[in-house]
Amino acid sequence: MKMTKIVRTTADVFYPFCLVFGLYVVIHGHLTPGGGFQGGAVMATGAALLIVAHAYEDITGRIRKTAMKILEAIGLLTFLFAGLSGILFHRPFMANWMAQTGKLFGNTVAHGPNPGDLNTAGLLPLLNVGVGIEVLGGLTVILLYMLSGIKEEKKP
Amino acid sequence: MMDTFVMRHLPALLIATPLFAAFLMPLVGNAGRTVRSAWVFLGALLTSAIGLALAWKVLATGTVLYVFGAATTQQALPPDAAFPIRIMFQVDALSALMAVIVSLSSLGITIYSLAAESKQSGLETFYAMLFLLIAGVLGMVVTGDLFNFFVFLEISSLAGAALVAYRVDDGVAVEAGLKYALLSTVGALAVLTAIGILFAQYNALNLASLAARLQFTALDKVALVLLAVPLAMKCGAVPMHFWTPDTYTTAPSSVTAFLVVSSQASLYALFRILFTLYGHLVQFSWATFGWFLIVLGVLSMFIGVTMAIPQKDVKRLMAYHAVSQTGYMLLGVGVGLAVLGNAEALKTYGKTAMAGGLFHIINHAMYKGLLFLTAGAIFLRTGTRNLNRLGGLGHTMPWTMVFFMIGALAIAGVPPFNGFASKLLIYESVFRFSPFLSIIAMVVSILTLASFVKVFHSMFLGPPRAEFAEAREVPAPMFIGMALLALFVVVAGLMPQPFIDHLISPAVDALVDRSGYIAAILGGR
Amino acid sequence: MMTLLLLKLPYFTVVVLTLLGLAAMVFKKNLIKILMGLSLMESAVNLFLVATGYRMGGVAPIFTNAPSPHMTLPTVQALTLTSIVIGVATSAMMLSFAMVIYKKYGTVDSQKVKKLKG
Repeated sequence: MKMTKIVRTTADVFYPFCLVFGLYVVIHGHLTPGGGFQGGAVMATGAALLIVAHAYEDITGRIRKTAMKILEAIGLLTFLFAGLSGILFHRPFMANWMAQTGKLFGNTVAHGPNPGDLNTAGLLPLLNVGVGIEVLGGLTVILLYMLSGIKEEKKP
Repeated sequence: MMDTFVMRHLPALLIATPLFAAFLMPLVGNAGRTVRSAWVFLGALLTSAIGLALAWKVLATGTVLYVFGAATTQQALPPDAAFPIRIMFQVDALSALMAVIVSLSSLGITIYSLAAESKQSGLETFYAMLFLLIAGVLGMVVTGDLFNFFVFLEISSLAGAALVAYRVDDGVAVEAGLKYALLSTVGALAVLTAIGILFAQYNALNLASLAARLQFTALDKVALVLLAVPLAMKCGAVPMHFWTPDTYTTAPSSVTAFLVVSSQASLYALFRILFTLYGHLVQFSWATFGWFLIVLGVLSMFIGVTMAIPQKDVKRLMAYHAVSQTGYMLLGVGVGLAVLGNAEALKTYGKTAMAGGLFHIINHAMYKGLLFLTAGAIFLRTGTRNLNRLGGLGHTMPWTMVFFMIGALAIAGVPPFNGFASKLLIYESVFRFSPFLSIIAMVVSILTLASFVKVFHSMFLGPPRAEFAEAREVPAPMFIGMALLALFVVVAGLMPQPFIDHLISPAVDALVDRSGYIAAILGGR
Repeated sequence: MMTLLLLKLPYFTVVVLTLLGLAAMVFKKNLIKILMGLSLMESAVNLFLVATGYRMGGVAPIFTNAPSPHMTLPTVQALTLTSIVIGVATSAMMLSFAMVIYKKYGTVDSQKVKKLKG
């Protein structure tokens, strides 16, 4: 089922913005409300927008099911390895060994009200990114499966 | 160096390994059949090895604690707080017993499924879900955190439902999957509500610290009901058993065999909550709790077996027998719980009854898994599960017949198979508690034997039939999978004493020793 | 009195939502509506969890914005988020099941979807 040209063009314009906003929510997960799941869901909304506006057959070239499955696997593996990385530093699974080291995501958070520093929180941004990628892939695959059944409504 | 490093992180690796195997499956699936099968085999082998190593470590050195994300794995209490805030795995001897069960049966079942499912499409999803199910069940039995338990319960329910519906089978399998998913979700919501009630009162999610703080207010009783009823449903005890026949029948046989293990993880959780979380509350008296389990058990035993006898579908029949066998475990442990306050009775027969119940869990996982796998082998070769149409298969599938015989004699409690060893413990000890219950248990065993003699006769005996002339012995992986389980059935039947001494008795002591479970976290505070 | 009522209001809502969800699950015959009932019950449990976490005068535990070091422990919020994510997975899976059932049976009426005999 294809919608009018206005809707299709608007969806095309909005799609990158959806992705960028979702990415923003993912990356600022440790500073503002939101995080991996919420940001991933926002990104998947962009895919839903495209599928609804265009016909399902036209969209499979732009959003591929296999690519999304691989994205899902990559996200989950990122999460798992971020958790396992603690073990290599002789800490337990999921230990936050990156926090307060001064390196990547290692700044110490200042006390008192402040706008927030992206380069803090250690392992958490990595976990957020992993979850974000996973949710984007997973939800898009679900959407593709569920919306593949939509047929052209019969004209009365 | 390497082995101490691995040994230190066993509880985390126990969950991480099946998850890793599952997550990599979409990528491995693209690399072809052989690579995928090798990956599945490797994943199952590693998971089982880690599970067994963890159990060995627990039985050798005592409770293993693993605190996630802390400074060290043993730091249960944060330096600036007097109560545990982190998620932790607490593996005592009872959890170790369950880990052994899951490890052994998951290995056999996965090897079996390599050949049994090879004709299906979408196998990478199947195996990803199977590994998620294994991870969920393993998580349920090792976690020491109530909310973490809920998460693993949901993981195992969802993966289980997806696997039940995996062979669409004209929609029947999907119907059964939907039924299972609906019931599991409603049950899990009740569990979550109970967790909310407990957390709101005591500000703790950790099992040990909750157990130490529990006051048994009216709300706690509500929480107990909300925890016990869904878990009794998930383990298939009788008033809530209606999902088992549908689910067990329509799922692929390898999945059914593992769903049996998954239902026993719920049984473990039920025991853990009654004994550890609500253990010290004498106001309500032990006998009430104990009789709750005993009544559930007797109902399950009797109704399960009477429903099983008239069934025509071999897997449906076995599903009802699974309900019936669950009753033995509930009966054994229930008798132990009923006399928990009476040190004299506990020592003379209570612990034996509990040992019988717990030993029956591991025995049941093995012989019932074996039976479901033989049913799957027959379905693979003949395409039917209808007992009236089957016959004469003993000529063409002799090994499957032998395995079926071993499983059937074990479930009926015939010596020298493992079912007899655990049932004998239950008969002896329950007789001293109440002779009537013991007689019911024996009658159910005889009915079980009668039912399986009938099945054996109609499937394997008689002249070879023309329509099954093509039926031949199963492929090697299925044979190995069934042989693994059959080996355990025979070995545990011939020499039950080492198993009871080194595996079951520590588990019974761990179940009774509530203060030890709490002290492992709170350090006797 | 009024404050007390306001404080208890979430719990009343929880009860109402649970009953509505239960009623939908028991009395409706359409599978999709049954799943909607389940979703309602999920929301009720989530609301219950969040409601138990409310503390009078507590401060949201956002480290960079809190005026004082006294913040509420956000455990229940974390539980709720986890439960929401699980809920999404559950609903997605069960709705796909309902779709497959519709494709195979041509109906989502739970009275007619009965090939399983017990």
